[in-house]
Amino acid sequence: MAELKQEHRSTQMGMHSEQLRGRTQETFFTPAEEENFTYPEAFDVDFNKRTEFDAAELSAKEVNARIRSLMAEGYGTIVMKNPGAKHAIAVGILNRLQLYIEGSLGYFGCGLIDGPNIRISGRVGWSCAENMMAGTVVIEKNAGSTFGAAIRGGDLVCKGDVGARTGIDMKGGTILVGGRTGAFSGFMMQRGRMVICGDAGQNLGDSMYDGTIFVGGKIDSLGVDAVEAELTELDRQWLRRKLGPYDLEPKNGIDGMTKIVAGKQLWNYDNLEPTEKKLVL
Amino acid sequence: MCGIAGLIHRGKSGDIGKEMTSMLQALKHRGPDSTGFALYGAPRDDRYIVRLKLAEQEELRSGKDFAIHRQIGERKTAVDERLAELGAEILGEEAATEYAWRYEIAYGGDLRRLADFVEDVAGCEILSIGRGLELVKDLGDAGRVSGQYRLGGFAGTHAIGHTRMATESDVDIRSAHPYWAYPFNDVAVVHNGQLTNYWNGRRALERRGHRFMSNCDSELIAVYLADRMDRGDELEEAMRRSIDELDGVFTYLVATSDQLGMAKDTMAAKPMVLFESENFVGLASEEVAIRSVFREEIDTFDPYEGEVRVWQS
Repeated sequence: MAELKQEHRSTQMGMHSEQLRGRTQETFFTPAEEENFTYPEAFDVDFNKRTEFDAAELSAKEVNARIRSLMAEGYGTIVMKNPGAKHAIAVGILNRLQLYIEGSLGYFGCGLIDGPNIRISGRVGWSCAENMMAGTVVIEKNAGSTFGAAIRGGDLVCKGDVGARTGIDMKGGTILVGGRTGAFSGFMMQRGRMVICGDAGQNLGDSMYDGTIFVGGKIDSLGVDAVEAELTELDRQWLRRKLGPYDLEPKNGIDGMTKIVAGKQLWNYDNLEPTEKKLVL
Repeated sequence: MCGIAGLIHRGKSGDIGKEMTSMLQALKHRGPDSTGFALYGAPRDDRYIVRLKLAEQEELRSGKDFAIHRQIGERKTAVDERLAELGAEILGEEAATEYAWRYEIAYGGDLRRLADFVEDVAGCEILSIGRGLELVKDLGDAGRVSGQYRLGGFAGTHAIGHTRMATESDVDIRSAHPYWAYPFNDVAVVHNGQLTNYWNGRRALERRGHRFMSNCDSELIAVYLADRMDRGDELEEAMRRSIDELDGVFTYLVATSDQLGMAKDTMAAKPMVLFESENFVGLASEEVAIRSVFREEIDTFDPYEGEVRVWQS
């Protein structure tokens, strides 16, 4: 494995297979400037500075404002108690942070984050960690539908069961599910990896462009253009490395996992852009 | 969008009026147009409870017809006469509002005949007939409707409820949920979603003699289940069949005198969170509604696509 370059390794593992030629890519900043890049709303926090607060009587807006003010004061470890399944909590955190949530979240929890490590002792509702860019979110119990919708990076982990359309429109990162997922998981997946330790519902990976899905249990049915691929030694190593820290174990062991990738037979794999196609036709 | 909720106390009675009000108030943001309750008290074998309305709020508010107050009185008299004509003995009656009435009647005849005859009075709609069921629905949020109809002290075994955001039909009481599964006593339905074969389904059921009181697609589910049970299906069997025969996206709850059921379409496009313990089952479009009843830490989960579950009280 050592002789492989990173680009070749990720391609071999099915994270992506098409060549990025830059036609639709926009450069936001150069790699040389990346080190100095920071969000205007990011805070410099100290992980050793710890505090906790009770969210029981706060509105969602007040909870988020509290987290923000604590980060502004430099707190890098925050414990939130009694979130009460409120919606849109712990969203838009754009810096490193250790956030412990003791309880459950409603819809759109931990959305639009870039960097924090969040642990949730309860359950999360629909669309947890939507558009997550980086960091980790670990949920100890179950999660609702559209889990990790459109995530671009980071590790999103649910140790229990997850609802339908898990990883819909996923553009990168990793989703790990300890239990089963519902229908249409990986729908229109574009990049990244999803590991389902239990069973997967019907139409798995429907219309996926790219990326990889690993399933430890039974698959009800594959979606359009999703196909089974060979599980390689590289995959096994990655799965061991990735699942181990979260204490996740596939239903039939890592060797018994099924690997699903895009069949790339859909019309959108035509090399021509729609406007160019019109000219040719 | 709409929000739905259900709860069942297994083997005992609870403060279902207060609990359902709390759950539906927590779902207010999913639909503020109207709120409805189907509450199941202790069944009484010697009588039916009839909930009916004699006018829409809109009729009272519009000011188009100053005679509406007199007309409501006339409608009430006509209903009483028709009940007497069918041999129904009125054991008690109570007005929650000027237009919404609660009757207790002793009646041994055919419920369909009774419903049809009473609803033939202009402006009258029977909201429910049941041994234990009391169906209340009106415009406004849960707190307002519950206060208006004094539901806070209602004790019983199970309940379903609905907060409505009107998308397919008008903001009025007839389009509000729950729907009574006419002509079956003690059967009510709430729904979140859209049915795409509503008109085909409605025409087919109307040809079989069923009546529709609104243009709301959710009413189809209540009538469909009533029709299936009329043809001999058990509740769960009828619900499983509905997954294939109803088209669209839906999650619905149905309650009978001693059961509470839920069904989810094959796309799982509409939410439902479930909490189940030895003594209590709570379901809602959002967990925040269940949390309004249970403050302590609980385990909840989402039922899956095409799933049907039925619980016994």
